[in-house]
Amino acid sequence: MTGTVAEPAVTRYDPSRPPLARRLAAGLATPGGIVWVLLVALLVAVVAYNPQLAAPDQFLRLIARMAPVAIVAVGQYFVLVSGEFDLSMGAVIGVQVVLAGTLIGDDPSRILPVVLLMVAVAVVVGLVNGLVTTLLRVPGFITTLGTMLILSGLTFYATGGSAGQNPAEEFRVLGRSGLQLPIIGYLPWAVVVLVVVVVIASWLVRRPFGRLLLLSGDNPRVAHLAGSSVWWLQTRAYLLSALAATVAAILLVGYAGVHPSVGSGYEFTAITACVIGGVVLGGGRGWLLSAVAGALVLESLFTLLNFVGVAATWRPTVQGAIILVAMAVTVLTTFRRRRPPVREVPPRSEPGAGEGAPAPASQQPRGT
Amino acid sequence: MQRRTSRLALVGAGVFALALTACAPGANAGGGSESEPSAEANPWFDQAQFDLENERRGAQFEGDPAKPYLQYLAGDMVAAADYALDRPGKVCFANASLSNTWRQTGWITMNQQLQVLQEQGVVQQMETRDAQDSDDTQVADIDYFVNEGDCDGFIISPYSPDATTAAVERACETGKPVIVFDRAVSTDCVTSFVHSIGGMAWGIDVGEFIADQLEPGDKVVALRTAAGVDVFESRWAASQKIFDDAGIEYVDYLTGADPAEIKKAVTDEIAKGEIDAVWVDLGDQSVPAIEAFEDAGVDVPIVNGEDNMAYLRAWKERDLNGFGGVYSNFQWRTALLALTQLWQGQDIPKDWVVPQTPITSAELDAVLRVNDEMPDVHSTSFGGEDLPGFPDAWRDRIIP
Repeated sequence: MTGTVAEPAVTRYDPSRPPLARRLAAGLATPGGIVWVLLVALLVAVVAYNPQLAAPDQFLRLIARMAPVAIVAVGQYFVLVSGEFDLSMGAVIGVQVVLAGTLIGDDPSRILPVVLLMVAVAVVVGLVNGLVTTLLRVPGFITTLGTMLILSGLTFYATGGSAGQNPAEEFRVLGRSGLQLPIIGYLPWAVVVLVVVVVIASWLVRRPFGRLLLLSGDNPRVAHLAGSSVWWLQTRAYLLSALAATVAAILLVGYAGVHPSVGSGYEFTAITACVIGGVVLGGGRGWLLSAVAGALVLESLFTLLNFVGVAATWRPTVQGAIILVAMAVTVLTTFRRRRPPVREVPPRSEPGAGEGAPAPASQQPRGT
Repeated sequence: MQRRTSRLALVGAGVFALALTACAPGANAGGGSESEPSAEANPWFDQAQFDLENERRGAQFEGDPAKPYLQYLAGDMVAAADYALDRPGKVCFANASLSNTWRQTGWITMNQQLQVLQEQGVVQQMETRDAQDSDDTQVADIDYFVNEGDCDGFIISPYSPDATTAAVERACETGKPVIVFDRAVSTDCVTSFVHSIGGMAWGIDVGEFIADQLEPGDKVVALRTAAGVDVFESRWAASQKIFDDAGIEYVDYLTGADPAEIKKAVTDEIAKGEIDAVWVDLGDQSVPAIEAFEDAGVDVPIVNGEDNMAYLRAWKERDLNGFGGVYSNFQWRTALLALTQLWQGQDIPKDWVVPQTPITSAELDAVLRVNDEMPDVHSTSFGGEDLPGFPDAWRDRIIP
């Protein structure tokens, strides 16, 4: 017992905060921090290819385009940190886009009721995802795969898979236009919506809800023993992700228009964005803002590939390869940190010992 | 430990930046895909087919020009004697899909024509199976018709030419008439193949419209719906050939017709530099492309489209420099008429080529007037103006 006290690895809680510079440096060394370095590097590269993007209004337009994916990543963040997946987000976007297109039509007076209906759809989808996952104990991966298929089937049934009529321009304002302001010039509504969503989400993360959600993802048993109802925490996470998908859908209808393929693949882009942002699959760990940064990293990457001029048929391969590199960069740091400190392992005389030399840890018989 | 990880992270960021610059050489060499593939290198380019369709664009069609769906190019005829029926027949229709607005419009026209034929006592019923863009499903559909469909004739709109060939041959072996339309099959056992001139003719029409107004070195952004689908590939291969010959630069994107992808691609190209024309292989892609220019506050250059109302309206409202490539939608009607004409003892062409007339700015107003009430997703070459139910069936667009 006395031996452990002498171990230097145990650090006691120190109430005084370390200097800002050191905290920043330490933060940057985490996956959730390095993603910001990547983001800055990518944005610099994007602007280097196209100097006119450095103008504030052009830059904000660029961010506006990325807003839907970033919002979907925010929704996915809540589900991921609770230890589950939401694969239905893209299908939710598809359904909402088609709903808005077919129900609003040319009549602006229908906007409010249709938006309320869209919110209701999101709540139903979120509740189904959450309750089936938590109360029926179906893995979230499977539950949301099911809702994804149901929803995309409905979209296909309603449209036959072809483009539809665009809704009234009044409804498309949020995704398509913005505010004329002094100094920055043009502020797209999509950026405003993104900021609002991120602010609300950050507030939620700092609330008891957010803290307990992370705890439930890390160790549901402890969360349960601490008196919180894990099923309701996770169900609320699914509700948030369905609502985030709906907000993204409203932006996308405005930005793009009605087509059943709008939103397809967004769930995977969002999961990738979160992982690049250092959110750990399996739950319990991850920063919200870094997940948003991860989404911006992905989108700037795609933009950069457009600028660089990679051939269309070749582009997915290049995207995939670069995503793997980005993942490696961010995830590598976690593995390093999680491994037990090297100093505690007894030093070995032959560092280059091959497979034949039995390592100290594997001396007990295997396969028992 | 702490310092080590941060150094590692910085090294990682460096590697990442290197990976990015690794893709840059294409750009340094003058614009990636703009300089690489040419029409000659495109496996979908076929000079003989290109020449054939190019010649047919100016050909004289037999029949009444007021009924283009019954016009054809002179050639071998199929003797109807073997196929005549003395009772109302059952049509079995194996459809590739209804997954785009062109197919949906044609399907409505076909059903209106069906009603007429049923009232005339020529057709007893039409059984349809929708393969939903799947070769496997379509093969199963055709085999179902062959084995237990009790069909008096087959209409097949193939999903992909090669995959369905064996099943089409099994349909031919029944001795009943087999009409294939839209996309071809790789067998000549079919009774008649109904199609408009073709994708290459479409690509030549659109490509020439753009190339005639551009200078060598001007830039076209090509928005392609999908790779490997013959309808789209033949359009692109033909236009690509025209652009190559005219010395026009182009960069292509595969968009899946997703408007969000289209807008991102066009917006990035606008940021890169001046665009002289946007080429699309599907009319659904035009409006998002036009909006991308508007949202960026830039003048809209030449943007082609098809005969879809969304594009034609955008063309008129914004007074664009436009052109509507047409792949004649009325061939859906022709396919049904081909089968029933055989039953009624009328000879039909073995290779039934219907006319394919693009929409130019001269015809735009007239086309818009006729189709004034139609929804955005309507194809104006639907060819059903003289059918009962016009205009309601197409205006209300209830998919049968």
